[in-house]
Amino acid sequence: MDEILKIEHLTKKYDDITVLNDISFTVKKGEVIVIVGPSGCGKSTLLRCINGLEGINDGKVDIQGKTGMVFQSYELFPHMSVLQNLMLAPIKVQKRKKDEVKTEALQLLERVGLSSKKDNYPRQLSGGQKQRVAIVRALIMHPEILLFDEVTAALDPEMVREVLDVILDLAKQDKTMLIVTHEMAFARAIADRVIFLDGGEIVEDTLPREFFDAPHTDRAKRFLKTFEF
Amino acid sequence: MDTGVISKYIPIFAKAFLLTLKTGWLGVLLAFLLGIAGAFVLYFKFPLLSAVIKCYVELFRNTPLLVQLFFIYYGLPALGIRTSAEFCGVLGLGLLGGSYMTESIRSGLEAVPQIQKESAVSLGFTKKQIFLDIILPQAFTISIPGLIANVIFLLKETSVFSAISLMDLMFTAKDLIGLYYDTTESLFLLVVFYILMLLPVSFAGSIIEKKTRFKMFGD
Repeated sequence: MDEILKIEHLTKKYDDITVLNDISFTVKKGEVIVIVGPSGCGKSTLLRCINGLEGINDGKVDIQGKTGMVFQSYELFPHMSVLQNLMLAPIKVQKRKKDEVKTEALQLLERVGLSSKKDNYPRQLSGGQKQRVAIVRALIMHPEILLFDEVTAALDPEMVREVLDVILDLAKQDKTMLIVTHEMAFARAIADRVIFLDGGEIVEDTLPREFFDAPHTDRAKRFLKTFEF
Repeated sequence: MDTGVISKYIPIFAKAFLLTLKTGWLGVLLAFLLGIAGAFVLYFKFPLLSAVIKCYVELFRNTPLLVQLFFIYYGLPALGIRTSAEFCGVLGLGLLGGSYMTESIRSGLEAVPQIQKESAVSLGFTKKQIFLDIILPQAFTISIPGLIANVIFLLKETSVFSAISLMDLMFTAKDLIGLYYDTTESLFLLVVFYILMLLPVSFAGSIIEKKTRFKMFGD
């Protein structure tokens, strides 16, 4: 299979503090990789280094194509309707035809169950609805790889499911995804591979079954224990 | 109150009203232009210019318009620049207003969260597109109440124009009182014409505020 993303010896520092240390891994087309780890371990920074929001100090990030990013705080444009939010980038950035973009936007909205909200403004939507729109806004740009940065972390529990269902649906369509999440059951269900990040380093890079049922390292065991009651 | 006096004074006040309206709004226009330029410089942190704009803002925000007008009205001729009182009034009001507008627009721009820009970057927008399509409309919406307050404040400040013998509303009222002692009628008309000038601005302001803010903030 083709490699979509290849990271080699990536190092990221903020002043003297090393946030990411010698990170290397590859993502193949259609793979779903879930990144887990304690708060402050560098998960979000890793995504931001991949899509260029952060510069890197050392190493290489090689992407075949474009990335699409979904943020924890949705970041829809509050002065535009749902449809305008979806159509602006394809029209302005990719210079696509308005009619074609609109047709696709409506199809995608239908797919995430939000057709009726096309003319609403973000403030009129619930958190879960906003996040579904944000996912569509990333999708409509046809990125080769989708990055999800704790996209359910700001949601009320009853809205988490509707967003995760959309992402599961994307996995079924063989989208390539890199997902940072704290939803362990979801991670186990969706991941082709789990990367466990701690202290800015990859501690485990393995199959979900192995990671959750028989983690190799003590650090992973300790981390997984924090989710038990 | 003598209605005969009032009807006799109305045309005189109307003439002063038009002059006040003209100089006031030209000053407001200049203030907007300076404010947009100033806020742009501060927002993008242009090295040397930012320092200049900061000094300008502090200087004009912290001195009274009357003092600024004296400097312009008596200072410019001393430098060999011949101007009219009208020009000095517009320039003074514009410079004062520019300092207020700079701050209102700058704070609006800076109130748009950084992560909005990041989400636009990750969609591939250019810097120019991000500023014009994403940041500016939001900043404008946030700034609107402050901008409207500035316009009303500036139009009221025209009342010190009389100090540089511009024949505005205030000058006319003082002049007529001095000449004929019709104090009540003159002050009455002064108030009426100032309200006439500012009430529409206030109304239009509320409508603009409602229309622009509705999308982002609801009612």
